[in-house]
Amino acid sequence: MLVDLLHESIIRNAFIAGTIVAIVAAYVGYFVVLRSQSFAGEALTDIGFAGATGAAIFGVSSLVGMLLFALLSALGIGALGERMRGRDIEIGMFLSFALGIGVLFLSIYTATGSAHSSSGLNILFGSILSVTTTDIQLSLIFGIIIIIVTTFLFRPLLFASIDPEVAQTRGIPVRTLSIVFLLLLAATVTESVLVIGVLLVFALLIAPAATAALLTHRPRTTVLVSIMLSLLFTWGGLSLAFIGTFGEHLPVSFYISALASIAYFIAVIARRAHLLQPPRRTTAPVTTRVATMNRKA
Amino acid sequence: MLQAFQEFWLYFPLLQNTLLAGSIIAIVAALMGYFLIMRGLTFAGHALPYVGFAGAAGAVLLGIDPVFGLFAFTLAGGVGIGFLGKEAHARDITIGILMTFALGLGLMFFALYSGYAELVYSYLFGTILGISQQDVLVTAVCSLIAVAALIVMFRPLLFSTMDPIVASSRGIPVYALSIIFMALVAIAVAMSIQIVGTLLVFTLLVGPAATAIRIANRPLWAIILAVFLGLLYTWLGIFLAVVLFNGTLPVSFFIATISFSVYLPIRLLSPLWIGRGIRRQRNQEQQVEIEFEHLKARECVAVEVKQESFK
Repeated sequence: MLVDLLHESIIRNAFIAGTIVAIVAAYVGYFVVLRSQSFAGEALTDIGFAGATGAAIFGVSSLVGMLLFALLSALGIGALGERMRGRDIEIGMFLSFALGIGVLFLSIYTATGSAHSSSGLNILFGSILSVTTTDIQLSLIFGIIIIIVTTFLFRPLLFASIDPEVAQTRGIPVRTLSIVFLLLLAATVTESVLVIGVLLVFALLIAPAATAALLTHRPRTTVLVSIMLSLLFTWGGLSLAFIGTFGEHLPVSFYISALASIAYFIAVIARRAHLLQPPRRTTAPVTTRVATMNRKA
Repeated sequence: MLQAFQEFWLYFPLLQNTLLAGSIIAIVAALMGYFLIMRGLTFAGHALPYVGFAGAAGAVLLGIDPVFGLFAFTLAGGVGIGFLGKEAHARDITIGILMTFALGLGLMFFALYSGYAELVYSYLFGTILGISQQDVLVTAVCSLIAVAALIVMFRPLLFSTMDPIVASSRGIPVYALSIIFMALVAIAVAMSIQIVGTLLVFTLLVGPAATAIRIANRPLWAIILAVFLGLLYTWLGIFLAVVLFNGTLPVSFFIATISFSVYLPIRLLSPLWIGRGIRRQRNQEQQVEIEFEHLKARECVAVEVKQESFK
């Protein structure tokens, strides 16, 4: 009876946390895909990994350590410059350094025997089944803040992402927006790690938005489709994990990432085979027209 | 310090295999890393080791030697990325989702296999301090093949990396070269994972090359410098980990830290010398552009004159 109750509360917590994270990640992920900053997202996650393992050594909540590291390095990456071609290398160097530190912390952590070695794996592959009520409260608060800020910045951010030069001439602070967005991304990634783990963050951050971008083209519709897909993957993954397949109870993260990537690949193949209507270009010509008008004026 | 060096010589026979394998990997990784960076494939260099990690996990589950899984997965992933073609934006997303899929598979393999945590760790962090003679031999043979292939296709590859459009108009098979190159990277990654671990492969690929292209302008010098830096980082990293810390801390941490602390000052100071070169280049480009405009204008006049005369 008690076991059943416990089991029930685990399932309920997992569904609540999964839903919050799925919505937030898909929403912010739309802009990540639009701005082609997927590598930055990956780097922030791995940097967060260093933060999480570091926090574990000092006995602080790994969520806090991760958030701190990710926010700081978002500022660092943002300060190194706007969207330029060489940016990839900078991100890569930060990332490899962060991984090195993460490895150091993890080895100290496991060597001191302060915890079971699998808690490192929880950070890498997610630990939705051990989510606590505090975790849920934290991620709910963060999620609401992220969604409010992103919604507030939706139009200028969209403009700055599609055509930064024109946005700049229109008086939109492109550079500041880019740094603010990196901070939002850092917070989002930290939340997502709770559910899906460091290594599989793309399954909720990139895959739904990239799939949605293949299906529709209007910004608002894409965001909605992306959130719906993300919820579908998360709930599907959780259900499959609880029901079990082929008599095996596999990790939740595996199901979510498999569902998400298979959906993306199906969308890509359907697009290649012309089964999907190629999205009509509605935004681009308008902005270019505005651009030429501006230049003439 | 002197004492530390003496201690290092004492350790030397024990470390012989480690240093040999580490040096070979550092050389090959720096070579491949230069082209990866110049082709804008940094992210692929990050994703491929993870794909290989999943392959190793699958092989362990099936009871085969992990080497086969490693090579099968990295080769498939590398050739797949090579097929994706040019557009960096869409390519990054596909690479990322490919990586997520592979890692999800890896997680499943490990969940099905009972000796879970230990093996994951050994493939993530490598076993550079416990390398057998046979490991060194396998690594050496693989790298010989990879480096020989790279030398054979060096010039066309460099050309197609710098300017794919002009290269393809000159009849160089740009697409085929990109696929073969990614296959070579896959071989290099697969053999490195076993020795230095998934997390360090990326550091050795990108670190030395990223620093070298900030210092040297010419491709050949940059490559030589990258190889030199790669060797330096690896030797220093092993030295620090073994002698100063008695192997209590992972080698990957030292190599990553050295690589970053060399890169950062060079990156911050490089505008001092790179700016001049670029400005000179830009002036030259402008000159060429102006000449081209002149040429076009003259051609237009010539065409018009011809049409006039036809009338």
